[in-house]
Amino acid sequence: MQLAVNIVVLGSIYSLIACGYVLIYRVSRVLNLAHGELMMLGAYLVLATASLFNGHPGVALAAAILLSLLTGGLVYIFLMRKMTGEMVLAAILTTVALGILVRGIVILIWSAQQQYPAQALGVSNPSLVLFGGARISFWSAVLVATTIVVYGALFVFLRFGRWGMRMRAAGQNPLLAAQRGINLHGVYALAWSLSTLTGALAGILMALDSGLTSSMPVIALKAFPAALVGGLDSFAGALIGGLIVAGAEVLLIYYVDPLLSDVVPFLVLIAMLVVRPWGLFGTREELDRV
Amino acid sequence: MFRPPPRASGYLHTGYGEDLALLRTRTERASLAVFVLIVAAFPFLASPFALDLACQVFLASIGALSLMLLTGYAGQISLGHAGLIAAGAFTTGILAREVAAPFWITLPASALTGILLGFVFGLPSLRLRGLYLAVSTLALHFVVIYLGGEYETKRGFSTGILIDPPSLAGLKLGARGWYFVLLMAAAASLMICINLLRSRSGRAWRAIHVRETVAEALGINIARYKLLAFVISSSMTSVAGCLFAYYRGFVSVEAFDLFLSIQYVAMIIIGGMGSLLGALLGAMFVTVFPYLIEALLRLLPNAQKLAGDIFAVNYAAFGGVMILFLVFEPLGLVGIWRRLQNYFLLWPFRYKPLAGARK
Repeated sequence: MQLAVNIVVLGSIYSLIACGYVLIYRVSRVLNLAHGELMMLGAYLVLATASLFNGHPGVALAAAILLSLLTGGLVYIFLMRKMTGEMVLAAILTTVALGILVRGIVILIWSAQQQYPAQALGVSNPSLVLFGGARISFWSAVLVATTIVVYGALFVFLRFGRWGMRMRAAGQNPLLAAQRGINLHGVYALAWSLSTLTGALAGILMALDSGLTSSMPVIALKAFPAALVGGLDSFAGALIGGLIVAGAEVLLIYYVDPLLSDVVPFLVLIAMLVVRPWGLFGTREELDRV
Repeated sequence: MFRPPPRASGYLHTGYGEDLALLRTRTERASLAVFVLIVAAFPFLASPFALDLACQVFLASIGALSLMLLTGYAGQISLGHAGLIAAGAFTTGILAREVAAPFWITLPASALTGILLGFVFGLPSLRLRGLYLAVSTLALHFVVIYLGGEYETKRGFSTGILIDPPSLAGLKLGARGWYFVLLMAAAASLMICINLLRSRSGRAWRAIHVRETVAEALGINIARYKLLAFVISSSMTSVAGCLFAYYRGFVSVEAFDLFLSIQYVAMIIIGGMGSLLGALLGAMFVTVFPYLIEALLRLLPNAQKLAGDIFAVNYAAFGGVMILFLVFEPLGLVGIWRRLQNYFLLWPFRYKPLAGARK
């Protein structure tokens, strides 16, 4: 039972992070390898806002989330806008470089030591007992709930919202979308903001649950296979891919070898690339036949 | 994209020998001789620190040249370069530790590991392109690192593997000896790359890079040449890993994290894609850069206070420089170098040469 709970928690972590990758890739066909660092930045922003709004954990959290929304937009406007239409490699490497820059700045400001935003906010992390004797920490439960809410909101937004429809249009065919009067830069900036927002949510909740170090981006790198397994441009895929990767990871760690933890997502990734590179639910992309 | 270096006037060849010659003019021969003299005199004038730095640059150049072959010329993106260096280093470490193999066994063994791994890394490239290929090499990097880490913990070398320095008939290498050995290795890699690129394989790689369909229509066996690019590049990288292991005398998985892969990619980006000179310049820049930042930080007031932050400053500055090059100078250091050359060749005029005029 505890195993199932662990899988669900890890799966929702991966899914919540993966939906950030999917958002940007689906709308602008750019793979954002700085997602992990932006996620970490969101979590560190909580530390800053916690000292600013001392004694109001709700306000501090909201401020941090708003700031990360803003960060995402600024990243697009000042950096990624220049990379639109460049080579795939150049765009990916720009995000990698951005990640390195952000990580350096974060260490410079907040040091590389482990931090506890939960203490800074003055909130506790009680352990809840579920049916069957399984335990789940409070913030993990919140994370699972957040994942469900985020996916629901994204679904409604993309399906029925005006901007959501624009985003889908821009993702399907940027040229036609631009000709219909859709502001592509606006749509891309929005995608970056939302992606950073979901990443920051994941980062903040993980940091509240188990503390915060500068090695957090590794988790986002492990969440990337989840996005790819489900299909890089499919939200349902990211959700299911997260659960698949988390399931494989938790079970293999439990039954085979704890050292495998870092490598399991990538083994799943390789297997998927061999069989179906476009993922379970993704759009079929051009492939070469051997 | 593959413009020959600018010359002041045309050189007309009348025989195959002239066509094959690497050095064509008296100026080229003279400048090479001066360069060789400087490089040969360097270890006798430089401080031990500068010597170590030069050795690191040579090691990095081997890796950067091989990555340039793969990414800059054949157009196959690899984010798993550190994994290949790790593979060479670990082959050396394991052989030296387990069966006390001398370097003339571990060096070919590392190259062999590189060939095998290159084949494995290259297989996805037959089906996948661009982003997906990059991701698959990234995944393989983690697998190689995991295997290395597994070996370290299972055999009880959890902090790393110590390797005895290589010796031949009781002779051991000093700092200057290492300098010349690594210089020779880097020069040999450069010669291998130059000659590969001006032969059939190089032409095939360029064709594949520009457009695969056309390359195939021209009768190029795409699968074969893609795999060849991966195999050659990764065996060279593995040899660099082997030399790295001996040079450091110590192998540990921590040294081969994703950041190292990114550094190598940064070398070819900062140096300039599609140019061997670029790979060398990039390797030099990326290797020297952290020391440069450190020296600059020392110049600032209250340097002691900043000492703890050097790592973070380095990290941030490296990311910043990489972004600057990607956004403002996609041609890299070579682009700057060529612009300078053009400026002086054309002086006092300011028009760019018509052939190969870009942007």
